[in-house]
Amino acid sequence: MPATSQPAKATGIAERLTALFWKRPGILLALLLAPPLLWLGVVYVGSLVALLWQSFYSIDPFSGVVVREFTLKTYGELLLPQNYDIILRTVTMAAAVTLASAALAFPIAFYAARFAKGRWKAVFYLGVMLPLWSSYLVKVYAWKLILAKEGIVTWAANGIGAGSVLDAILSIPVIGGNSLSTSFIGTFIVFVYVWLPYMILPMQASLERVPKSMLEASADLGAGGLRTLWSVTLPLALPGIIAGSIFTFSLTLGDYIIPQIIGNSANFIGMAVYSLQGTAGNIPLAAAFAVIPILIMLVYLAIARRLGAFDAL
Amino acid sequence: MRSDRPPFALTLGAIGGLMFLHLPILLIFLYAFTTEEKSYQFPPPGLTTEWFGVAWNRADIWPPLWLSLKVATIASGLALLLGTLCAAAMARARFFGRDTISLLVILPIALPGIITGMSLRSAFAIADIPFSMWTIMLGHATFCIVIVYNNAVARFRRLGSSMLEASADLGANAFQTFRFVILPNLGTALLAGGMLAFALSFDEVIVTTFTAGTGNAAKTLPIWMLDELVRPRQRPVTNVVAIVVFTATFLPILAAYYLTSGAEETAGGGK
Repeated sequence: MPATSQPAKATGIAERLTALFWKRPGILLALLLAPPLLWLGVVYVGSLVALLWQSFYSIDPFSGVVVREFTLKTYGELLLPQNYDIILRTVTMAAAVTLASAALAFPIAFYAARFAKGRWKAVFYLGVMLPLWSSYLVKVYAWKLILAKEGIVTWAANGIGAGSVLDAILSIPVIGGNSLSTSFIGTFIVFVYVWLPYMILPMQASLERVPKSMLEASADLGAGGLRTLWSVTLPLALPGIIAGSIFTFSLTLGDYIIPQIIGNSANFIGMAVYSLQGTAGNIPLAAAFAVIPILIMLVYLAIARRLGAFDAL
Repeated sequence: MRSDRPPFALTLGAIGGLMFLHLPILLIFLYAFTTEEKSYQFPPPGLTTEWFGVAWNRADIWPPLWLSLKVATIASGLALLLGTLCAAAMARARFFGRDTISLLVILPIALPGIITGMSLRSAFAIADIPFSMWTIMLGHATFCIVIVYNNAVARFRRLGSSMLEASADLGANAFQTFRFVILPNLGTALLAGGMLAFALSFDEVIVTTFTAGTGNAAKTLPIWMLDELVRPRQRPVTNVVAIVVFTATFLPILAAYYLTSGAEETAGGGK
């Protein structure tokens, strides 16, 4: 439409601006985008780049001063046994947490997608959404109460005569410990608990998209419930499961509060980054550590994209 | 066909899973009433309500509470402004770099909080900005933008362009259209987004530890709680505070759900 056909009564500034926005929508777009882009594109991305840049600096081993020269030495330090261990431990934990979350999430997501109707649908939705949003720290604190040596788990185990089973589990080397709240098992349970809702929601969304006709076709062809689940439902729901695993994996990689409060004080990537940039003052190594989760997630996202997980987000 | 009734094992798994998600929180409430303050003994040796009074009179709890409320209010306000602007632009047009911008909005929440926190901290150091309430708030607003954006962009899409064109045809200028057409239609989505942003900011701890600096003046309520978790004093008092934090996040989330539950898109589907 030509601009001249507009009622061009340029009486006030509001009308003039309206006419300008109409003739040149790009100006309005630029005005709308400028503040958020300044914030996110300049301030936020700028700080990200500033951080990553520092991972190419190094620290003088004698004075502890940051040497502002380009070097890959800091990245080389990541391969030292004590640092490599931290990376391996964190990635193993993230993988275990992701698998366990997927296993626990599946019945909830499947039930909510296939069988919950009306009011129950809302109950399931709220039942997953409220824990997702409610306070992270409160959730972690709740588990400190539960897993404490004098806490409810020990009490319940002794009550049903399984105290020796609990002791046996805790005496397993590496993952056991003095009590559940000071062992890897404890850290693992809390990670699974805190990130589980992130797995359920995308999984449920993808299960809801599985066409019912396919399930009926599978039954008509003589497949039992389990066979249909394995050969039809699961492959179709896979993108959603992978979308959920992006969250559980990434969140575990970066977290430093949970292993600090519940666990045997063995280092995870997040904790290493936190202590390196704080008390140790080794920003270059902290930055190099921070690059690892970013790289792992980039690879993970690339794989997930190929498997079609982005359509399920 | 059998598939209309769920197998027993599935029902058990689903109900069990939901209980796993909810029962732990209840223990927080129970332990706020225990008479044992030195350990997490279960079952509690006795029950008392004295801790609510003790918490009320503890001078070290009020300043963090006010700070958290202030930070969450201002941060969600800022996020409302920036998120809505962004959503308005993205819903309106297809343009070069559109995908980059949507990635940019999600980035602060998609990257681990520790990376967002640390990079903001080093940026503050480079720019020589001293830590204050404002640095905490800047960090919070950054990751709250996406929450408002998600809510607003869905509503903008549903609004479509016909109403805006009708408004223009009837002679309204851009500001009148915004005031009388866009805003009323966007209202509940923005309110829901703002509430979710408030809840997210009120309880955020990871980015805050990096942008708050040290000292008591920069202690938000979650930071106070984290200190108590690492070095416990009167443990039931921590539980009372945990109940306050839980309520301050729970109520806005519930409100956001009911504000948008009639619409096609429901708030809180993704964090």
